[in-house]
Amino acid sequence: MTTTTEAHADHAEHQDHAEHGMSIRGYVTIALILAALTALEVSTYFVDFGPFFMPVLLILMCVKFFIVVSYFMHLKFDNKLFSFMFYTGLFLAIGVYAAFLATFKFFTA
Amino acid sequence: MADTAVHHAEHGHHTSTGLSNNKLGMWLFLGSECLLFGGLISTYMIYRGRVGEGPRPGNVFDIPFTSVSSFVLLMSSLTMVLAVAAAQKRDDRGTTLWLTVTGLLGATFVGGQMYEFTAMYNEGLGYTTSLFGSAFYTLTGFHGVHVTVGIIMLFSLVAIIKRSNVPGDKAEVVELVGLYWHFVDIVWIIIFTLVYLIPA
Repeated sequence: MTTTTEAHADHAEHQDHAEHGMSIRGYVTIALILAALTALEVSTYFVDFGPFFMPVLLILMCVKFFIVVSYFMHLKFDNKLFSFMFYTGLFLAIGVYAAFLATFKFFTA
Repeated sequence: MADTAVHHAEHGHHTSTGLSNNKLGMWLFLGSECLLFGGLISTYMIYRGRVGEGPRPGNVFDIPFTSVSSFVLLMSSLTMVLAVAAAQKRDDRGTTLWLTVTGLLGATFVGGQMYEFTAMYNEGLGYTTSLFGSAFYTLTGFHGVHVTVGIIMLFSLVAIIKRSNVPGDKAEVVELVGLYWHFVDIVWIIIFTLVYLIPA
């Protein structure tokens, strides 16, 4: 009885892990997308993107960041509390340092 | 009794939140690491134009070389996630294989960074040459140390798994190391764009 119960619980936990992840094919697809985005980023060094240079790089950076966090780190599938923990730190950092950089911009001679 | 066991399994962990405290702690740690790297990146952004008599960023950066290093680190995230998937399937052989490949890719990245630092030093950019040099070496050096710590964690985990000596849920331990590894990857995604690709 105990063995059956433990096996059942074990299976349920295993199932829980599996639901959080993606298939191997999914991970490889995500990696290929990241590789393609990196190639596009590097191409800005060799090709003149004109006024789109900076926005393209920043958008690509953000897209790659959120793809890794969402799919490889499983935040998209995991409990929202984990997202809260991480994004609180991230946006606090962005806010604090945006203010810090602005201070240097506006208050230095 | 069976109900209780299944109930625990559904929630996964015997904690007040039903979540793993280890995983919660790791996410909290990674959130705090955002503040550390945010400070280092901001400092670099402020001082990257302060080159003094030393070389300018554009003169010392080797973008094709760093692009390859970045690609290697990015692909190590794929091998890491494959290690986590293998651990969840309780495939010890697959787990140790992918953890080892991840560690080797990480070591390749760190080796590339050491080569880059040496080349930059030979071109006249020392740690105290200029504010740009100090900020650059501090930022990328801190990241390199994080990658090195990650490599030590990966190879330690391989050794522990081979001895079948993992305390607690093995898949969770691999996942926690994986979270740290992916974090150093996302930090590099930002550094590669802001430091290397966007000229000062």
